[in-house]
Amino acid sequence: MQPDSEQPLLRMRGVGKAFFGVRVLDDVDLDLHSGQVHALVGENGAGKSTLMKIASGVYQPDSGSLELSGRPVALPDPRAAQTAGIGIIHQEFNLLPERTVAENVFLGREPMRRGLVDRRAMQSRTAELLAGIGEATIAPQTRVGRLSVAQQQVVEIVKALALDARVLIMDEPTASLADHEVELLYALVRRLQQRGIGILYVSHRLAEVFDLSGRITVLKDGRRVTTLDTAEATADTLVRHMVGRELSHYFPERAAPGSAGASRLQLSAAGNGRLRPVDLELRSGEVLGVGGLQGSGRSALARAVFGIDGFRTGQLLLDGVPVRVRSPRQAVRAGIAYVTEDRKGEGLALSQSVLDNALLAQRSVRPRWFGRTNRTTTVRELLDAVEVHAAGTEQEIRYLSGGNQQKVILARWLAMKPRVLLFDEPTRGIDVGAKAAIHDLIRQLAADGAAVLMISSELPELIGMSDRIVVMRDGAIAGELPAGSSEEAVMGLATGATTSTEVPA
Amino acid sequence: MSTDTVRRLRLPQLDATNGVWPALAVALIVGGTLVALDGGSLFTESSMISLLQRAAGLGIVAVGQTIAILAGSLDLSVAYVISLTSLVAAETMAGSDGMVLPAILAVLAVSAAIGLLNGLLITKLRINAFIATLGVGLLIKGYLEQGYAGPAGSVPTSFQHLGYDRLGPVPLSFLLFAAVAAAIWFTLRSTRYGHHLIATGGDLDVARLSGVRTDRVLIRTHVICSLCAGIAGLYLASRLGAGAPRVGAEGGYDLESIAAVVLGGTVLAGGRGGVTGTVGGVLLLAVIDGVFNQLEVDSFFKQMVRGVVIVAAVAVYALRLRRTSDRRKAAVA
Repeated sequence: MQPDSEQPLLRMRGVGKAFFGVRVLDDVDLDLHSGQVHALVGENGAGKSTLMKIASGVYQPDSGSLELSGRPVALPDPRAAQTAGIGIIHQEFNLLPERTVAENVFLGREPMRRGLVDRRAMQSRTAELLAGIGEATIAPQTRVGRLSVAQQQVVEIVKALALDARVLIMDEPTASLADHEVELLYALVRRLQQRGIGILYVSHRLAEVFDLSGRITVLKDGRRVTTLDTAEATADTLVRHMVGRELSHYFPERAAPGSAGASRLQLSAAGNGRLRPVDLELRSGEVLGVGGLQGSGRSALARAVFGIDGFRTGQLLLDGVPVRVRSPRQAVRAGIAYVTEDRKGEGLALSQSVLDNALLAQRSVRPRWFGRTNRTTTVRELLDAVEVHAAGTEQEIRYLSGGNQQKVILARWLAMKPRVLLFDEPTRGIDVGAKAAIHDLIRQLAADGAAVLMISSELPELIGMSDRIVVMRDGAIAGELPAGSSEEAVMGLATGATTSTEVPA
Repeated sequence: MSTDTVRRLRLPQLDATNGVWPALAVALIVGGTLVALDGGSLFTESSMISLLQRAAGLGIVAVGQTIAILAGSLDLSVAYVISLTSLVAAETMAGSDGMVLPAILAVLAVSAAIGLLNGLLITKLRINAFIATLGVGLLIKGYLEQGYAGPAGSVPTSFQHLGYDRLGPVPLSFLLFAAVAAAIWFTLRSTRYGHHLIATGGDLDVARLSGVRTDRVLIRTHVICSLCAGIAGLYLASRLGAGAPRVGAEGGYDLESIAAVVLGGTVLAGGRGGVTGTVGGVLLLAVIDGVFNQLEVDSFFKQMVRGVVIVAAVAVYALRLRRTSDRRKAAVA
């Protein structure tokens, strides 16, 4: 699209980055030209956000170089990136809701007149910037908290432009927008493009990528797979580039076909603010995999079943009986267990002992007199059974490895004898050996008659573990796939490149 | 999207900040009626004067406390700073007219130094503001208890004008309070520091990423907060004619100033609120005080009523905040 002779605005060469010995980026090249929308795509964990953070000064690359308009730059911190002309629009805005639009745009660089903040100049210059990108309907003296999310995003963009940003990085900009707002964002992106701003557009929604971008770089497992002109690309080729790798470990054997038992959990037209009405059945003995991209409603589904952000509409049946689950407490008492994605934040009391953590669910919902000595011994047995490696049950859990922490959480829920288990990214941040152990435990639980719902962003895990896979997109079930489906099929449904292949019964 | 926004903007901006003024009006009407039923009057010149005088001391401290809280911090040492500075003032003056100015300068220096210490502990050693200022307060308390058994020093008559004179019906001390409040209000509105202060309290990371030197802002804020307490110490010394080692703690200036700030609608977490609300909060507390004094109500009962008023006010603000944020969420969905 751009002639090769033209100097790129931003040139990244051989960028690599590792965290704790794990390579997350390896030898990545990227050229962003003036007036170009360059899409960066890849599945979760492909390295998109790490690359983006390197370009915006949040992380330092271990290797490789960055050039701005042909000159090498170092970006030791986000401030340096800002002054160099690289602005970033995060999914979460860096705005002060209690301050006005103008105050936010000029925070840290308030225009001065006779030693005082020149509020009038601040407002008129904000108004100019807003008008310049065709957003004159936003008044500079409005408090940001009163604006819609889409308008707040505009304010973020204006804040970057006020710093003379020539490169704008947008991280999943449509993730928080309503459908009708997306069109407005498109228009804005095109206006920015006309002003010669180079936009690095990070998204895994292929529809957007095709609508907006001129060039596409695909990342997979931290490497650049390919860079191509959007005109040459098709959804199929992109999906194929995004997935496809060797199975790196073996998964426990699946349940025999047709062996699934009675219906444990059934959702009919169950929905809430984040979920369109969902129909889903989960049977005893099966592992149902839930795929989809971040923000597609996977976690919202688990959280709704567990009563954190409960269903507002529709029905939830447990073992055929309609149940209202309005809080996690009710969910636990009804026999539902939830292993959260955010282990440290939501799963564990980090400064408490292994034993305390393992007893947490029992202590919370069962009265004090309920088998007090008994339950400690049961939990100790369970901790042994799941093979937790710790210095002892009194050790603070924060010192355990991720895999052992996860096993403690499993022991906690096993003690409750759950009927339905919800796993959200059960092996995230867990080393390979412990991963296999967790997979075996999950399969064992299903074999013992529980119904398991497992959310995973790791396609090999999702495909290797599940007896059935449902894929979510935009808060709804995009389609259902049988055991052993291809990664392409899952990604196709998740990105919207293909629509439902098999309509769920 | 745009029509909706325009409509929302035209609604009167009922902020938590101005909720204190209706409350003050209610307190004046209800209190005035109660006092009238009791056979007295709340609106005589003398009772209004004593009301304003009561407001002045607390008000000056509360204005300083406002910016500490706005910046996302807190200052629990103010009560002891008041006691200490009242002694510094009275002992330096030692009854001589010529020493008034040096004494004022000494007070400002001492309180600024304490504020600097508070700010450094909070920003450089990263000690939680609650603990840091409590510790500094206890330090001063220990010094006062060890060195003083009772009032010390004396203030010349010339300096007592500050505590007792009036300009027309308005006590000089209240004008001092108004001046301090106006100065801080203007600072918040029109200086870079003021803008950075509110940003720091609103979201430390956002402020820092926008290039605000948040440590400096916090240190400066604590210095100003302590200076306000020092000014209140000067005022109390002039009222009492001497320095008093327990005047600050007995007056409850630490918690009372926080209560006034919160009543005024400033959010304890910082970043939202302002000085005008605090002025209303201070007046509200003074009116309640004045009413109960005239009714000669038991002081324990008085404390209980104040407690109820403060909790009720915060509950109303919290409810209102939640409603607006719910509405915002609904607008997004």
